[in-house]
Amino acid sequence: MSATRARASLDLGGLGFDSGAHVLVKRALARLEPGAQLELRGDAAELGIHAAAWARAEGHSIELAPADADFVACITPGAAHGARWRGVERAGAGAGPEHVVEQPSQRWGLAARGAAVEAGAPAFDFALASKAELWADDLGALYAQALSAQWDPATAIPWGAPQEHSDELEDALVTVLTYLIENETAALIVPARFAASVHPHFREVQQLLAIQAADEARHIEVFTRRATLRRSQLGLSTAGGQASLKTLVDEPDFALASLLLSVLGEGSFVNLLWFLHEHAPDECSRAIMKLTAQDEARHVAFGVAHLARQAREDRSLAPRMAAAIERRHDALRGTAGLNAEVFDALIVLAARGFEPQAIAAGHQAVVELLRQMHAGRRNRLRLLGFEPERAEALSALHTRNFM
Amino acid sequence: MTSTLVLGAVAYDAKVVPIWDGFQRWFASQGLDFDYVLYSNYERQVEQHFAGAFHVAWNSPLAWVQAQRTAARLRRSARAVAMRDTDRDLTSLIVVRADSPIRSVADLRGRTLGCGAGDSPQATLIPLEHLARAGLAPERDFNVRRFDVLVGKHGDHVGGERDAARALMQGEVDAACMIDGNHLVFSNEGLLARGTTRVLAQTDKYDHCNFTVLDGAPQALIERFCKLLFSMSYDDASVRPLMDMEGLKRWCEGRTSGYAQLESACDRFRYLDSFLERMKVA
Ligand SMILES: [Fe+2]
Ligand SMILES: [Fe+2]
Repeated sequence: MSATRARASLDLGGLGFDSGAHVLVKRALARLEPGAQLELRGDAAELGIHAAAWARAEGHSIELAPADADFVACITPGAAHGARWRGVERAGAGAGPEHVVEQPSQRWGLAARGAAVEAGAPAFDFALASKAELWADDLGALYAQALSAQWDPATAIPWGAPQEHSDELEDALVTVLTYLIENETAALIVPARFAASVHPHFREVQQLLAIQAADEARHIEVFTRRATLRRSQLGLSTAGGQASLKTLVDEPDFALASLLLSVLGEGSFVNLLWFLHEHAPDECSRAIMKLTAQDEARHVAFGVAHLARQAREDRSLAPRMAAAIERRHDALRGTAGLNAEVFDALIVLAARGFEPQAIAAGHQAVVELLRQMHAGRRNRLRLLGFEPERAEALSALHTRNFM
Repeated sequence: MTSTLVLGAVAYDAKVVPIWDGFQRWFASQGLDFDYVLYSNYERQVEQHFAGAFHVAWNSPLAWVQAQRTAARLRRSARAVAMRDTDRDLTSLIVVRADSPIRSVADLRGRTLGCGAGDSPQATLIPLEHLARAGLAPERDFNVRRFDVLVGKHGDHVGGERDAARALMQGEVDAACMIDGNHLVFSNEGLLARGTTRVLAQTDKYDHCNFTVLDGAPQALIERFCKLLFSMSYDDASVRPLMDMEGLKRWCEGRTSGYAQLESACDRFRYLDSFLERMKVA
């Protein structure tokens, strides 16, 4: 220890290394002039012993003071001091937490956007790692909207409202609810699976997908609770319905899954839920349909926004989207599509009875629903850049299962 | 002529495998063909070192003394070529409960001392040597209670020291031996709650593990091995995780000046007799 080296001094008072003294020592070492040493003072029990053990583990050299000195030990920082900060890379190109890059490094891994990533961190394998395939404008606003629109089924829905409709109308409602539940389940699985593949640099996308999955979890809950309000058993799950949903769950491409699920499927569901809001026989069901329709509209908005942006930047996306719709149509050609029970139940719900005139009106309402669904799909496909006739044709190929 | 450097190490914990696998990959990236063999105990490792089963031993301090004494009797020679910075200048503590009436080493007479494994330099042999120099002989002046976790591992596993510390707090022993750094670890873990223990005695400084080679080892390979070790820099992100796993910031030259207390302990307690008999050099 050279007498000419500059020395700083740190008084720990009664604070020992068994109570966090290392925090103050590290802070003082970080502030040392290059080449300087740090004298430790203090009167905690075993301060010298613990200081020596700590310094050894940290790669610092330490000299304990003679008994008559007015300090306890003197630390000379080791070469490893601060090594973790050498060669760090900013996750986000140094422009702060708001700056999103086109292609984040897989080595940024789970680090917060804007964090300093230690060199040598392992590379992750996030399949969705480019801004072009994920990003949408106003993601922050979409997420904020989703957060503020969260609702609590226990308080938002009048579970005890009077039920005055017939058992036959209740049967029709349970048939539709059974169908809705399995569709919501597909709508939960798809975003949940892609959320796990999104590079965390695109935090807003991950957040939106996560909250979308949470929305669907709530939809499954409220539909199930309503279906079992008066019935102990649910309705029929058909092979054709599941075949349609399986093509969604199996779609490995994020853009194509978004197209089929959000733009076309959930888009059609918004119409269906508003239809049910209008025609459901009880106040409780009507409240459920309204709240779920509002959630679905957000899911559709995100799908349209990021695909429209991507389609503008990537000319190859439009033909791939068209091919996906055609492929799915071909795959489902041999299946029944929407099950007959659901279709008939929609007519009965809209008819509110079984008089021939009422049934005719109900049937007319369902035909109008199908027309609205088709028009909605066509408009959204136009937003993705398809010409009017192409949008018209592609919309017509959409699954008869709606989702 | 061999082109692969083979290391012997003791598997005192499952993490030993990823550590040496990591070194193997890194040495390979530096052009050194490196392999390792694992033993379950240091005695077998020292025996096999002399049998020529490998070139470099990653030896505990006791294994170093065993190798060095064996070599001397065979008119061969052992060298410590490298060691961790964290294995230099350790001390061991003899700790009592804060409210204990034991105020000095002499007060240990008639009491029970909790030690680590019987073959632990840091938690048994060196503290017992320290007390012997102060005039207290184990089992004559005080009782020794050993906390034998994994004998043959020379105390590499911290379990023995932890058990002794726990026994101290539970009143089963009157004092306990441990490395200074483990006293800090146990204090931070809460096993030795703040203010509940007092350091009765501290040994002189000593050194811990080293890489040992015997005469006749392939010189060029050993030199290359050491050169690569000394080139490892904690600044280098590709080796930092390896150094973190192995618990060091810097490799140092081997030195043998830090084993004197342990050698005295071995002589005083005739600790090596049975080992040297096994090696047929007694
Ligand atoms: Fe939903
Ligand atoms: Fe949805």
